[in-house]
Amino acid sequence: MAALAMRETSRSAASDPPALNVDRVSAGYPGNWQALDKISFSVNKGERVAVIGPNGAGKSTLFKAIVGVMQINSGRITIFGEDTHSSHTNVGYVPQQSAIDWTFPASVFDVVMMGRSRHIGWFRWPRKDDRDIVRDVLARLSLSDLAERQISELSGGQRQRVFIARALAQDTRLLLLDEPFSSVDQTAEQEIIESLDILTGHGITLLLSTHHMDNAAFRFDKILILRGRLLAYGTPDEALTAANLRDAYGWVLPTMPHGDDLRMFSVDYDRAEAGNGSN
Amino acid sequence: MDPISLLSEPLAYAFIRRGMLALILVGGISAVVGCFVVVRGLSFFGDALAHAILPGVAISYTAGGGYVAGNLFLGGLGGGIFAALVIAWLTRKAEVKEDSAIAIVFATFFALGIAIISTQSSYAVDLSHILFGSINGISQGELLMVAAMGAVVLLIIALLYKEFQIISFDLSLAHSLRLPVEFLRILLLLLIAVTIVASLQAVGIALMLALLTTPAATARLLVKRLHHMIVIASLLGIISGVVGFYASFYLDIPSGACIVLTMSVIFGVVFFLQSSWNRFRARE
Repeated sequence: MAALAMRETSRSAASDPPALNVDRVSAGYPGNWQALDKISFSVNKGERVAVIGPNGAGKSTLFKAIVGVMQINSGRITIFGEDTHSSHTNVGYVPQQSAIDWTFPASVFDVVMMGRSRHIGWFRWPRKDDRDIVRDVLARLSLSDLAERQISELSGGQRQRVFIARALAQDTRLLLLDEPFSSVDQTAEQEIIESLDILTGHGITLLLSTHHMDNAAFRFDKILILRGRLLAYGTPDEALTAANLRDAYGWVLPTMPHGDDLRMFSVDYDRAEAGNGSN
Repeated sequence: MDPISLLSEPLAYAFIRRGMLALILVGGISAVVGCFVVVRGLSFFGDALAHAILPGVAISYTAGGGYVAGNLFLGGLGGGIFAALVIAWLTRKAEVKEDSAIAIVFATFFALGIAIISTQSSYAVDLSHILFGSINGISQGELLMVAAMGAVVLLIIALLYKEFQIISFDLSLAHSLRLPVEFLRILLLLLIAVTIVASLQAVGIALMLALLTTPAATARLLVKRLHHMIVIASLLGIISGVVGFYASFYLDIPSGACIVLTMSVIFGVVFFLQSSWNRFRARE
């Protein structure tokens, strides 16, 4: 049985490799060489995965390792079967807002055009095709009116959407978003979620790190709980157990009467509030 | 004297025409490169690099037997590229903080340059030329050299504009697009080094920083897209070159000081007008 299962797995892997495969990856940086400790998981094409964990859990490190901003110490990362060191991979990345210099002299149009860079090619300037594609992407994310705006003149939600638009212009099949919901208000959060739905509609695989567990619980196919090492990975029901969250955050959460099959009080409460408020 | 002859009189002499051309070239090219210096926050690096080319200049000066108008470009270029590479190497990992690394290289190289020049008997006068610039007596060959270096710098920026833009704005995008980030970063540092060497004779080491930062910072106040900023900055650099040239001729002030003061005045005016405008708009 085990042998059969293995053959089954390897055949499906050969025909349709996972969007992302992280295999025993360790990574770190000066000051914390063990930020990630032998992480392994796999994401299928089109899935939406929320990565949660406390500050310093390695969420950003994991994303940077996948994008290739940061070297990994050991293990292997493949994207649609291609090693991350290969030049063929095309991962979209929306960095944390604090990592971007918003005073940089660039318009919304310019930032989205940056995503076209590889398609334009070396030593060339954007052509009409590229400009058309950028305009089309801006229209799809309802950003057309903001095309000429300097990026410092955008709200938090608009900033996130500009970077999501850039990933679309980049023709990426795998997109990582680092804390897109931090420091944005409820309306902006809703806008970002709608933008994510557009990405999912294009078959783009999404990985997103967040502190907002209500989103994590209800908007994603899978939850990955991280704290240096991988604490849990699975559907929201599987991953968001009291034990896992206690291991991750170190505090005991209020649980529903049926014990370990947890739905956080705050989650349902928040949703009920939001629902009442909007009507 | 009527205005026309006021403007045309200095141009009667070939060596003065060459001086003016050199100032225009240097003003324009430095401003273009300076836009990347400003958006990347490399002002301190630019200043340090300008000082760090001194030993290279000093060696060719000493080898030429203490003759300052000799071929200083080659020495300067060698020194500038070497200093840029040392700084790039020291700062590639976060082991030494970037500003500390730059400061150490800057001071060491500058001290070394002074030590080498001081072995020559006429060093006080020559050192002041190197530090503060002297456009008088720039030869045809030297002017061509400045033009050639400028052309190479502008061509590389035109060809790699979007890549330089990306590594300046968002390194994570550069990595995710698999751009050769380190190569581009060092190439940009080298372009700054070449620009500094090309401008050396016109403005000197001490004031080089102003050519790299002031027109670009002024343009940054006026427009909000990088390529617009480059166009405006280069125009401001050229205008400053022309105005600085005439000021230098009629007031008998060194060309470097004149071009820098012109740039500063333009910056001051733009800054003042803009903040007044913003206050006016805020009140509306």
